[in-house]
Amino acid sequence: MGSHGIKDQVAIVGMGCTEFAEHWDKGADDLIIWAANEAFDAAGLDKDGIDAYWYGTAMSGSSGLGIARPLHLTNKPVTRVENMCATGGEALRGAAYAVASGAYDVAMAIGVEKVKDGGYQGLAGAAGRPPSDGTERTLTAAAMYAMCVPAYGKKFGVDDATMREVLAHISWKNHFNGARNHRAQFKKEVTTETICNSPLMAGTLRVFDCSGVADGATSAIVCRAEDAYKYTDKPVFVKALSFVAGNASGNADPDYDYTYFEEIGAAAADAYGQAGITNPRAQIAMSEVHDCFTPAELIIMEELQLCERGTAWKEVLAGTFDLDGDFPINPDGGLKSFGHPVGASGLRKIFECYTQLRGEAPPERTIKTIERGLAMTQDLGGYPGEMVAMVSIWGNQLG
Amino acid sequence: MRGIIAAAGYVPYRRLDRSTISQFLGSGGGRGTRSVASYDEDTTTMGVDAGRVALANAPAGFQPDALWFATVSPAYLDKTNATTIHAALRLEADLALDFGGAARSAVGALRTALVGGGSVMVVSADVRTGQPGSGDEALGGDGSAALIVGDDEDGPVIAEYLGGASATEEFIDRWRVPGDSASGLWEERFGETQYTPLGQSAWKRGLEAAGVGPEGIDHLVVSGLHARVVRSIVGRLGEAKGAVVDDLTSTVGNVGAAQVGLVLTDVLEKAEPGQVIAVLSLADGADVFVFRTTEAIRGYQSARSVADQIAWGAPIGYGKFLAWRNTLSVEGPRRPAPSRISASVSARSREYKYAFVGSRDRSTGALHLPPARISREGDALDDMEPSPMSEIQGTIATFTVDRIAYSPSPPIVFAVVDFDGGGRLPVELCDLDADALQIGDRVELTFRRLFTAEGIHNYFWKARPAR
Repeated sequence: MGSHGIKDQVAIVGMGCTEFAEHWDKGADDLIIWAANEAFDAAGLDKDGIDAYWYGTAMSGSSGLGIARPLHLTNKPVTRVENMCATGGEALRGAAYAVASGAYDVAMAIGVEKVKDGGYQGLAGAAGRPPSDGTERTLTAAAMYAMCVPAYGKKFGVDDATMREVLAHISWKNHFNGARNHRAQFKKEVTTETICNSPLMAGTLRVFDCSGVADGATSAIVCRAEDAYKYTDKPVFVKALSFVAGNASGNADPDYDYTYFEEIGAAAADAYGQAGITNPRAQIAMSEVHDCFTPAELIIMEELQLCERGTAWKEVLAGTFDLDGDFPINPDGGLKSFGHPVGASGLRKIFECYTQLRGEAPPERTIKTIERGLAMTQDLGGYPGEMVAMVSIWGNQLG
Repeated sequence: MRGIIAAAGYVPYRRLDRSTISQFLGSGGGRGTRSVASYDEDTTTMGVDAGRVALANAPAGFQPDALWFATVSPAYLDKTNATTIHAALRLEADLALDFGGAARSAVGALRTALVGGGSVMVVSADVRTGQPGSGDEALGGDGSAALIVGDDEDGPVIAEYLGGASATEEFIDRWRVPGDSASGLWEERFGETQYTPLGQSAWKRGLEAAGVGPEGIDHLVVSGLHARVVRSIVGRLGEAKGAVVDDLTSTVGNVGAAQVGLVLTDVLEKAEPGQVIAVLSLADGADVFVFRTTEAIRGYQSARSVADQIAWGAPIGYGKFLAWRNTLSVEGPRRPAPSRISASVSARSREYKYAFVGSRDRSTGALHLPPARISREGDALDDMEPSPMSEIQGTIATFTVDRIAYSPSPPIVFAVVDFDGGGRLPVELCDLDADALQIGDRVELTFRRLFTAEGIHNYFWKARPAR
C-alpha cells in the first residue's frame, strides 16, 4: 500500500480556457466548445484524436452526454466527475491516470459551469441534492468561512483590525493580479479602502472577501510523457496529484477550532511526497489556491507549509504572496478575479501554472520565481471541518 | 384523588407594545403588551416547549398514558399535530390526539382528562391573529400550556379536582372560516346577553358539585375571548369576585385556547397548600372547574415559571410582527427557497430530528450529532447507545451572522455549540439580539419550524440563550 503518484509519467500538451464572465449569451455547450477548441489547437489535435474524455461539472449537466452531445463525439468514452469545488482538478486527475495506466494514449479533461442561468446571485447550491430530513445546516459557505476569522485571530493573537488588514491585502492582491489577465471576470484593481467598506455578507466578511460568480470552461489534453513532444515543444509534466476527502468530523468534534483545514494539509504532504519536495517554499515557484473567501487563502498558506502555523498573516502583510513576492499566490487573479464556475475552477488554476511554466504569461504578470520550474494548484470543496481537498504539482522539466 | 400532577406555561420571547399599532396605523392598539410567537414558532412548537417544562415538573421518568393537544390554529389539518409533540417529547403513550377548532376544545380536553382515567398530558396552544388594527390583534397573545392530569398513583397530585359543570348554547358571537387568518365578531353586547346566564348557571352548579361556596375561593380565574363579559360577569359571582386573579392580558394578551392552561399554571406556581382555585371559562357556553391545592404543592417549583417568562420578554416592532404573521409580505434574500423534506428520510431519523437524540460510543464516550454508526473516535461500528440531548445545555464555541442565507426572517445567526458532556452541533440561534452575543455564551435547545415547503413543515431544533 502506498501513494506513489505518477511523477513525470504524464504531460499536459494543450489547454483551453474561456473568458470567465456572466455569459448571458452563452450556454454550457458554447463554453465547452470554446474551451475544447482552444486545447485542440494548442495540441494540434482534433476531437477524434482524443481517446477518452473526463467531464467535470457540479451542476450544469450529468453523464458523459454533457460533452459528447455538444462536441458531437463518436464512440468515445466520457466519464462525468463531480467532487464539489475540486471537480475540475478531479477531471484532470482521472484523465492523467488513464494515460499513465496505458489504457489510452491521449485523454482530455473538460470542466464547465454555467451558473448564471438560475436567477439568483451567488452560487445557488448544487442541484439534485438528495431528499433529506431537513436537519442539515442551512447557512452559506460565506458564513462558515467567516467563523475562521475570529477563531484565527484569537488563537494567534491577531487583533480584529489587523485581521481586517490581512484579509483586505489578500483581496487587494488577487484583484491586482486579475487586473493583468484578460480572461478574468473582474479586470480592475480594487483599493483596500473599497474592500473594507463593501457590504457585509456574513460575520465580518464583506463582498470583496468573497469570490465572484461567473460562467466558464477550461480543458486540458494529456498524454504519456514520452509522447509529449509529438504535440508540443513545451509540455507541462505532472509531478504530483493528491486528493483527500475529509470525513466531516469537524462538524461534530468539539476539538475542531476553525483555524486549520487538515484535509488540505494531508493532501499537500502526500503531493510533496509524490514529487520529492522537501522545502516547498524554496522549490516551488508559485501556487494557485482556492481563495473562495479571504480567510480560506490565509489558512491554506499554512496547510501548504509555505510558512509556520500562525504566521501566514505576517507573510501576507509582508507581501510574500504578492505577484512580485517570494512566493506568488494566485498570479492569475484567483477566484476573486475569476469568479467560481465550480467545474471549471480547478482546471483554470492548472491553466495558470501551464501558462507560467511555458513562459506564456504576459510580461506584466510573469512571475520572477518561475525559474524554479515547479508550480502548484490547490482546490477545496466544502467547508471548514468537512471538505475535499486536492493538491497538484506541475513542472516544465523532467526529473 | 385525581387532579393536576404538573403544570407548565410557555410564553414566547417577543412582546409587541400595543401603543406601536396606532403609531403605525393611526388607530387601534391600546395599553400594555402582547406576546408574539416567532416566525419559526407555531402552535405545535409552542406545545412542545410547554410539554418539556411539564415533564421537568413531573416526577423523574414520568410518562403519561395519553397526549391530547388543542388549538384554534393548527399547523396541519387532516394530519394529527399531537404526533409531532409526542415525538419531540419522546413520549411512550399509545395515544396522541388533536382536539380541533375552537378555543373551547382546550377546555373540553381538560374536562375530559379530569373526569376520565389514566394520566393525560393536556397541551393547549394558540397564535392569536386579527386584522391589522383590530381588537383581536391587539388583545390576543401567543403561547401554550401543558397540564398533566392523573391520579395519586401516577404522581403527587398538587391540585385535586373537586368538581365542575358546563353549559352549552348555540349562538353566533365569533367565527372563522377554515383558512382565514382573522375571526369575525358580532356586536359584543349581544354575546354578553348570551354568556352571562350560561356563566351564572355553570358557576352555581359547578360550586355545588365541588362542595364549596363562593366565599371559600382563594383564586378565581375568569377566561374567555369576549373581554366585555369576562369583566362584567365577575360582579355576578358573589363573594368570589375579590379572589379574581390577573389573567395576564396586560402583558401576554389573551392566548385563546391556551388561556385557561396558562393562567391556571401561573396561579398554581404561586398557590399555597389547601387553597381553592375556581376557573370559569366562557367559550361557546361556560365551563367551571374547582380545584384544591394539596400539601404536595409545598415542594413544587416549576423549572420555568410563567412569571419568569413574562419578565424575560423583549420588544418587537409592529412591522416585523406583521411580517412574521404573513400579513406583510417582505422581500427576503434572493436565494432559492428550500425543497420540501422527505417523509421517509424524516421517519428514519425520527429520534434525531424530532427528539434530538444523538448517539454515544459505548467504548470511547464520543457523542455524535447527528447519530453515526461508525465512531469518530476509535472507528467502532454499531457500538452506540442513544443519547437524548434536547435538555442538555451548551456553550457557544464560535458564531456568525449570515446575511445572505435563505431565512423567513433574515439574517440568520448561526453558532457552533459544544454540549455539556460532549457533542457539537453547528446550529441556528433564535430568540436573541445578535449584538449582545459572545463566544462562551450558554445556550439551550428549543423545537422550531425551520421552513415550510409544499405545505410540509420542517421541524427541528434551534438554540436560544439559556434563560
